[in-house]
Amino acid sequence: MPDGSFSNPQQRQFNPYSDNGGTILAIAGADFTVIAGDTRQSEGYSIQTRYAPKVFRLTDRAVLAVNGFAADGNMFVKKVKQRLEWYRHAHAKDMPLRAIARLIQTMLYAQRFFPYYVYNILGGIEEDGSGAVYSFDPVGSYEREACRAAGAAQSLVQPFLDNQIYFKNQAAAPNQPHPAHLPLSDVLAIVIDSFTSATERHIEVGDGLEIYVVLAKGRSVQGLEGVRSIQELSTKSDGDRVFVIRRDLKKD
Amino acid sequence: MDHFPTNWGRPRNDAYDAYNTYPLHHRPSAAPGHDKFADAVQRTQQPIVTGTSVLAIQYKDGIMMAADNLASYGSLARFKSIQRLHAVGTNTVLGASGDMSDFQYIQTLLDELVTDEFTHQDAHSLGPAEVHEYLARVMYSRRSKFDPLWNALLVGGFKDGKRFLAYVDLLGVTYSAPSLATGYGAHIAIPLLREVVDGRQDTLTEEDARKLLHDCMRVLFYRDARSLDKYQLAKVTESGVEISDSIKIETAWNFAEGIRGYGAQTQ
Amino acid sequence: MFRNTYDSDNTVFSPQGRLHQVEYALEAVKQGSAAVGLRSKTHSILLALKRSTGELASYQQKMYRIDDHVGIAIAGLTSDARVLSNFMRQQAMSSRMVFNRPIPVNRLVSTIADKAQVNTQEYGRRPYGVGFLVIGQDKTGPHLYEFSPSGNSFEYYAISIGARSQSAKTYLEKHYEEFMDCSLEELITHGLHALRETLQQDKGLTINNTSIGIVGLAGAHEKDVPPEGPFRILEGETIQVYLESMVPKGGEEPSRPATTAPQDTAPAPPAAAPATGDEDVQMAE
Repeated sequence: MPDGSFSNPQQRQFNPYSDNGGTILAIAGADFTVIAGDTRQSEGYSIQTRYAPKVFRLTDRAVLAVNGFAADGNMFVKKVKQRLEWYRHAHAKDMPLRAIARLIQTMLYAQRFFPYYVYNILGGIEEDGSGAVYSFDPVGSYEREACRAAGAAQSLVQPFLDNQIYFKNQAAAPNQPHPAHLPLSDVLAIVIDSFTSATERHIEVGDGLEIYVVLAKGRSVQGLEGVRSIQELSTKSDGDRVFVIRRDLKKD
Repeated sequence: MDHFPTNWGRPRNDAYDAYNTYPLHHRPSAAPGHDKFADAVQRTQQPIVTGTSVLAIQYKDGIMMAADNLASYGSLARFKSIQRLHAVGTNTVLGASGDMSDFQYIQTLLDELVTDEFTHQDAHSLGPAEVHEYLARVMYSRRSKFDPLWNALLVGGFKDGKRFLAYVDLLGVTYSAPSLATGYGAHIAIPLLREVVDGRQDTLTEEDARKLLHDCMRVLFYRDARSLDKYQLAKVTESGVEISDSIKIETAWNFAEGIRGYGAQTQ
Repeated sequence: MFRNTYDSDNTVFSPQGRLHQVEYALEAVKQGSAAVGLRSKTHSILLALKRSTGELASYQQKMYRIDDHVGIAIAGLTSDARVLSNFMRQQAMSSRMVFNRPIPVNRLVSTIADKAQVNTQEYGRRPYGVGFLVIGQDKTGPHLYEFSPSGNSFEYYAISIGARSQSAKTYLEKHYEEFMDCSLEELITHGLHALRETLQQDKGLTINNTSIGIVGLAGAHEKDVPPEGPFRILEGETIQVYLESMVPKGGEEPSRPATTAPQDTAPAPPAAAPATGDEDVQMAE
């Protein structure tokens, strides 16, 4: 110690983690899934960049959103992609969604005592053609859900989704039960509203929005017609299809 | 080191902490000279000789980067003519803040890499994107060993008609933007840089870029106590890497005469 | 079986300055069914003849995808090929992990050539019993390489390996000057003509015994090829259109409208036959 005393031992240690803000979100429909994330990357009060993608296409039917410590997140995505490449080498096809989910849990739990500080949300189409969302904690606990928000504005967005997707605290009209699944156009509107709202109220959310849409094989593009700045990313025209929609969010 | 406690020697009873009151390395028996962990693996816990901010921007013809010539030892301005910009091959420049010995180690790593690449004697060479990815792997794997290289690095370059500019630090965190800065510069220079550069990367001239960085280096010298009024500028364009000689920042401190209320003059 | 006392140890030269074990390994390549490779300004392609051990067996895989931009065709010991192709995949992935760069094709070929060379020099090892044709594209364009167990690798405009590959080579040597400006379809037709030369008299190319590997932009008959034109393997029905483009061989049954699928009854492995094979082993002395 500066005063020569050791009466109050001090500890100073390298902290291998950081929090890079941002928020991600995914919603499953009957035959589609929407996975979205903002593109701001920050540390403390500093915006490091206004464009750092947090959502990644893994296959034509699987999209992974990663939020938390950016270095871990990027590394994790890179490793998942390489595992999927080995699967392609071995089986000459893409890994099914539920298998990717289990793979991710195994990879996360392998780091149980030095975890990847990231919250993952995996979205896509199952082999039966249904839309699916899997959410994970940093050490691999996971479950399949209909919707999930994670990251800096989770506490702002998730209650909104509970209300709008699960119809929590909404009484159904007599003889008109709540629908089991919302149409794509409604889901897109909810996603965009979630992010504009989170941008208003959370300093770590904003700049840009990337919305990935995965459509089940054979499904029409109903709900995507007339959508601005949309781009198709799928490699095959007769399988499940992936699209990305890019939007601006407020930069303040 | 020896991991068997039975071989660590038998302490005197009055020195033996039977109830584990202290963590192992703080026990009285571990006093200087008797440190049982003296031969343990040493890791960087803090930077020692440090460089301050690095600034970099994209402009019309490529990228430009600036860093001053100071390496500090705590608050002591220890080395006043070190170079913190390093050319990597023919298309890339690396700017370093943080621990200067770690930076020098990174320089040797990269020089080795560039030599290996060169000896292949084929049409392929490492561009800024490859160098940045490599550094990101190195930095991330060192942080994962709890043995970080204590730096924040900017990698910039120009290859195959494309600009590249990105950041990587001791945690392995990476990002890319039209204007970047490390350290104090991220707080002081970034607002000034973004104001001019963002959205205008394709029209900003070399002269504009040079002046912008010069102004930012001056502001930093006024405000950052670990900075120097002598810096170097690197530019990477179609025609390769150019690192300038040292540039002097002209400053005026006469305004300080008029300041009252703190410091030497309180009246 | 012993040729002489310098047979069994690959680290010992014969008095003629040869490594017999290495030369036997090259023989193993010649026992494998043929593979042909060609290159144009825009594409590199592979064509290979698949064998099956009998009616009840499936055809042996002859081509492997290494990465998006690289693929190989093999001739020789399939099990050795699996080990080497796996190593190539690791190298390709590591280049993407460390530099985020597709591995330059020439360097990938050099790494396996170096690996093979070690086996020709170290005591207690044996050379790989397999040869590769490697095609790939990188920023210097499309490429075609031959790799052989001797540790050699060469780049070619066109080349063939495997059983009776000399016949294919003769065809390629006669036509190679046209290849550079060929379209993908023309290149494949040339390749099929060359591959056909390796067949026995009564055999023809069918959709079941032929594999086609391609790197480069999508051809006129291809569907769903990503814009970068990554390595892909064409097999089965999709190659019918290319087989039909062949000029029927004089006096031989035209392999055209392959009457559906299983017309190739009992494809007795051409040339492979019992490997008593000293016949085509040409050793000096």
